Amino acid sequence: MTTATRPSRRRRGGASEASSSSAPIRTRALTKRYGDRIAVDTLDLEVRAGEIFGLLGQNGAGKTTTILMLLGLTEPSGGSSRVLGMDPTRHPLEVKRRVGYLPDAVGFYGNMTGRENLRYTARLNGLGGADAEAHIEAVLEQVGLTDRADGRTETYSRGMLQRLGIADALIKDPDVLILDEPTASIDPIGVIEILELLRGLVRERGMTVLLSSHLLDQVQTVCDRVGIFAHGRLIGVGTVAELAGTFGDGAAHLEATFQPDGPDPRATLLAVEGVDRVELDAGAGTWRITVRPVTASLRAREAIVDAAARGGLRMTSLHELEASLEDIYRTAVAGMTRGFAVDETIEEVGA
Amino acid sequence: MTAEAAAEVQVVRRAEPPRRAGWLIVARKEFADHLASARFIILLLVLGAATLIPLYIAADAIRNVADLVTDNRGAFLLLFLATSSDSPVPNVLTFVAIVAPLLGVAFAFDAINSERSDGTLPRLLSQPIYRDDVINGKFAAGLAVIALVMLAVFAVISGFGIFRLGIVPSADDLIRLVAWYAITVVWVGLWLALGLVLSVAMRRAANAALAGFGIWIAVAIFGRLVVEAIAGAIAPITSASSIQEQLDLASLQNAILRVLPLTLFQEASAVLLRPDKTTVTTPATIDQLEQLGQQLQGQYLPFDQSALLIWPHVVALVAMTAVCFAAAYIWFMRQEVRA
Repeated sequence: MTTATRPSRRRRGGASEASSSSAPIRTRALTKRYGDRIAVDTLDLEVRAGEIFGLLGQNGAGKTTTILMLLGLTEPSGGSSRVLGMDPTRHPLEVKRRVGYLPDAVGFYGNMTGRENLRYTARLNGLGGADAEAHIEAVLEQVGLTDRADGRTETYSRGMLQRLGIADALIKDPDVLILDEPTASIDPIGVIEILELLRGLVRERGMTVLLSSHLLDQVQTVCDRVGIFAHGRLIGVGTVAELAGTFGDGAAHLEATFQPDGPDPRATLLAVEGVDRVELDAGAGTWRITVRPVTASLRAREAIVDAAARGGLRMTSLHELEASLEDIYRTAVAGMTRGFAVDETIEEVGA
Repeated sequence: MTAEAAAEVQVVRRAEPPRRAGWLIVARKEFADHLASARFIILLLVLGAATLIPLYIAADAIRNVADLVTDNRGAFLLLFLATSSDSPVPNVLTFVAIVAPLLGVAFAFDAINSERSDGTLPRLLSQPIYRDDVINGKFAAGLAVIALVMLAVFAVISGFGIFRLGIVPSADDLIRLVAWYAITVVWVGLWLALGLVLSVAMRRAANAALAGFGIWIAVAIFGRLVVEAIAGAIAPITSASSIQEQLDLASLQNAILRVLPLTLFQEASAVLLRPDKTTVTTPATIDQLEQLGQQLQGQYLPFDQSALLIWPHVVALVAMTAVCFAAAYIWFMRQEVRA
């Protein structure tokens, strides 16, 4: 089966490898105006090869418009973009040949089966015959739809349609996968399945993924890097930890647990350099330690372990709590609407 | 920047040779969809009934004519024209002229807007095909289905004539029939293109269907009334009007009617199906009528002369279809992918 999933790997020549290894997706001052409204405002975006990049923003923030411009489906009002080294406005067919796209609220022809829908897509990509059939089978298996492949898609649930949509995007064996709201309107278990599927795909095939979402915690679990998008502008880019440093409260949060019958660790912990505050979560029986600044977190953790051993505290666990994207997002958007110098933070984070 | 440009050049050079045209793949899928659709079955039944019932009723009249003059040129074509005087059912030509537009609208009114509402349009357009491949493919598929349906109808009528009535078409009859078939396909194609325009313009398929049928009724049923009203407004007739003024009004009405595609189709069909018809217009005065009668008693035009007579009609019909399709095409190309 694994050989069947890659009938078109040979497409990857030296030229494409050279141009795509740096940044498969790159935009410079990309802008889209609808009349007076600016949907995307001088966007500078870079998605690196082999990463899952999350485009995060509320509905109407300009995520879908950006994606449509990257696919050459909408013409930008200004700026430029390069997808796999090509300008999507000037070479839309070349781009669309190598970029798989799952649209927002993807639909299929209800009177056709899932397999027939995929076959149509395969044909539109110039694939046909036994090769294509084997490839369709492999892709269906990958998204877990083999047993329902011959049912009409009008009988599919929303989650199944979404998975078929991913299969559809994979048919052309893309180098870049662009997913618009892949987890919207899906139940929690379906979301986990889809995210695991995505992670597996990136691991297995080494493709680059750009996904957009307004569901922050999901993006957090699956994305290598995240770009925060608001009112058509990218107001922050980086890993979740980096963003927490920029937009968080300037502190790292640790969580520690101790043997319940031991002495009170509060004083010992507060004595450690960098520890700002120590609180007991009485319900969970865990201690929440605030470390300032964020950069001191690693040193503080080592110091806490040392101090606990010396102070006779029997510590059972110590780990860093990841900042929630929800918090970051709220701070970032609030900061933007207050009008603080977001441009500088972008420079910082981007570097 | 230079490195970028170099990469781009390399990419373009790497491009695969153009593979099978995208519109053909779209058309193939749409054609298969149409043939399997309920609307195809329904329309086939309706059209079948619409042509067979008048044919059956007119069969006696045709048989009489055929018996009378065995070498009557164009007797075979009477199959499409004959009607029984004691029945209110119109002939096949009238039915095709009135019902075929429905066929055209029915196969196109949801072409683009259903892709939009089903969420399949962005997915389709993100495949490596040009955007116009979609609308070209859909038009081609619709036209192919219509051509197929009309061919079936014509074949049934001809078969009925040959086997039941024993009328065998002459070579001239056949050429005329093929020509009329082509014009009929263009006639339905015009309505197909109109349906496409509506499917691009209206986001809801139901609205597009209603609009299409509304236009059809306005043209097919109230067309003459509307024209009379317009002509009356331009050149009003009073009780004091002279004969000349009344004649002017009549010719003005004719001129406006001539612009209507329905008139174009009916006049072209009449000339093609009746070799003895030597003019496209209805004579307006007794004088003209008498002249015609003296001139052409028992004379038949060869096919090329008939074709010459209706050439402007054919060009006008093709042009109207082209304009309609171009409107749909340009509109679709300029539309945003997202609603």
